[in-house]
Amino acid sequence: MVDTTQYLVLGAILFCLGVAGVFIRRNAIVIFMCIELMLNAVNLTFIAISRSLGSIDGQVFVFFIMTVAAAEAAVGLAIILSLYRRRQTINVDEVNLLKW
Amino acid sequence: MGIAGYTGILIMVAVAAAFGGVVVLLSRLIGKRQESREKLMPYECGIDPTGNARRRFSIKFYITAMLFIIFDIEAVFLYPWAVVYRSLKIFGFIEMVVFVGILLIGFLYVWKKGALEWGSKSI
Amino acid sequence: MGIEAGTVMLGIIGPEVVLVVAALGLMVADIIIKDERERQFLVWIGVAGILGSLAVSASLWGREVAYGFYGMVVVDNFSTFFTLLFLVAGGLTLLMSHRYVQERKLSPGEYYTLTLFATCGMVLMGKSTDLIMIFLGLEVLSVSLYVLVGYVRGSDKGVEASLKYFLLGAFSSGFLLYGIALLYGATGSTRLAEIGAAIAQKGLLGEPMLLAGMGLLLTGFGFKIAMVPFHMWAPDVYEGAPSPITGFMSVGVKAAAFAALLRVFAGSLPGLGIQWKEVLWLGSILTMTLGNVTALMQTNIKRMLAYSSIAHAGYILIGVVAGGETGTTAVLYYLLVYTLMNLGAFAVVVAIEQKDEKRLELLDYAGMGTRHPALGAAMAVFMFSLAGIPPLSGFMGKFYIFSAAVKEGYLGLTIIGVLNSLVSVYYYLRVTVMMFMKEPEAEITPVLFHPSLVVVLIIALFFTLQMGLFPSTYLHIARESIKIFL
Repeated sequence: MVDTTQYLVLGAILFCLGVAGVFIRRNAIVIFMCIELMLNAVNLTFIAISRSLGSIDGQVFVFFIMTVAAAEAAVGLAIILSLYRRRQTINVDEVNLLKW
Repeated sequence: MGIAGYTGILIMVAVAAAFGGVVVLLSRLIGKRQESREKLMPYECGIDPTGNARRRFSIKFYITAMLFIIFDIEAVFLYPWAVVYRSLKIFGFIEMVVFVGILLIGFLYVWKKGALEWGSKSI
Repeated sequence: MGIEAGTVMLGIIGPEVVLVVAALGLMVADIIIKDERERQFLVWIGVAGILGSLAVSASLWGREVAYGFYGMVVVDNFSTFFTLLFLVAGGLTLLMSHRYVQERKLSPGEYYTLTLFATCGMVLMGKSTDLIMIFLGLEVLSVSLYVLVGYVRGSDKGVEASLKYFLLGAFSSGFLLYGIALLYGATGSTRLAEIGAAIAQKGLLGEPMLLAGMGLLLTGFGFKIAMVPFHMWAPDVYEGAPSPITGFMSVGVKAAAFAALLRVFAGSLPGLGIQWKEVLWLGSILTMTLGNVTALMQTNIKRMLAYSSIAHAGYILIGVVAGGETGTTAVLYYLLVYTLMNLGAFAVVVAIEQKDEKRLELLDYAGMGTRHPALGAAMAVFMFSLAGIPPLSGFMGKFYIFSAAVKEGYLGLTIIGVLNSLVSVYYYLRVTVMMFMKEPEAEITPVLFHPSLVVVLIIALFFTLQMGLFPSTYLHIARESIKIFL
């Protein structure tokens, strides 16, 4: 039997991987994928806690996170696309007209 | 529950793997091998493949996929709603009408703005 | 749950309903009206929505505290105060954008719709008593703004700002959510009231999961209010976004995040508030100092105002740290004052700016005051007010914040705050000096005044003066708004 702590630890590891990825990777889409990884780590944490507490709130929260993530993905990818059209690059280091 | 609860699944996996392996092996041993151009072509739903798979796709696929995600994910709210529908009574019904109504306006907007037109060059 | 209860609930989110109906109406009107020129009138649907929403929310003022949607949202004076503030900010932004959109041939339908949705998200944030609602409100406003920031598709800076805002916004949402998840794990609820009760009952204050959760939550909010060290997105995004949207973000997003922060820390988790004061104390000092010192070196007016906006977040944090009745009242008063004076300053920027991001450098302001004395005088008032020079409202705002801090025994923080204000006088004054004292290098094309923009300037000017000269009414309103926390 896998107990809640292990799920929480897995969630924390995934979250940290996501954060590390955001700092290390330079491709805008990969950065966005890392952010999605963070969100899914949060989802896992919510589900695990929800299960162990026997409360349904966490699962409801996950629904909302999923929906919002989809909306964010659509908007975000569109932004990345329009950036590519103007600059022919999606490397965030080359996107530096404004000082970071 | 422990590992014991998964015994059935494990047996199932083993049987499936064995069956697949045996069938492939048997046809290899028994069957005749005739190689022809058609047989070695990648399978694309019966249509002759055109060009390399690594070429660039039209942006329209992307827009359609994006719209699909947005509208698809909304269905996630229909399931819990359907489960508790009876206890919510008429209030729940009205809530869902409002929810779907807003989605409908969004859909109408997408449609009329021509985002679903495959042929148009406006996007 | 019968239908009667449903209508009662609808009253609680009345302002949001009006906003959303107006926004949807705008979308429908946008597809019905084919003529490009007629579409410019869409702004009036937006303004009508804001006015309707203002009327509804004004009627909610002073009512009994009422919870709706199973305790997800609440109507109290605190939420009504912020609702009014966001609606004013949203309405002024719409008016300010009128000519901006027309001149640059941006498609007006989406622009105004998204502005209304962003306003709606802010209103929801101020109202929520559940972390789920805070998150949803935040996302409604953020996703709308990601699009608005990059709305001028021909602008390299705009698209870049949009990407940066999006990536860092989504990143910070991740932190916020993980914080919420851990809080939920530690206390078993996402309701603010229940979280507070669970902490008090079980004595969870030192619990590592709770501490981590609060830290992450604070990081998430820190990004939104541009608190140092989570401020790095602000200057880039503020510079690249369309000017009216920059003004809207600098006041609206900040106020929404502060509203949620106050509800979480001061309102429902008072024990936690005390625990986190030291973090906020440090954050406040860093935010003020970095904002002001960096603003000194800016040559682009929008970038300068961005750093100024960071600095102001620092001042407001002093009030949050001071807490108590006087501190929180001062925070609310300051947010109101800041909204009007900063939007006023941005209205001047929008008036002077020309197509393709021209005339945004400080040097371009040379001679503007002598050519257009009224505009110059208005800018002078907003700049003096931002700098905190009496008798303008910015001075009164700072006065109340600093005196609250002194009263609560944060003398060091107050001294740093006052020193910072002195530093800030330099760069605010420089704009005015530039406008009146310096002769332009080339002949300048005159500023064209659009009626909508003049209305914004007059409203902002009136309140900046009035709130400074007669602050007692507004202070009273602010004090009434925070009664729920006492």
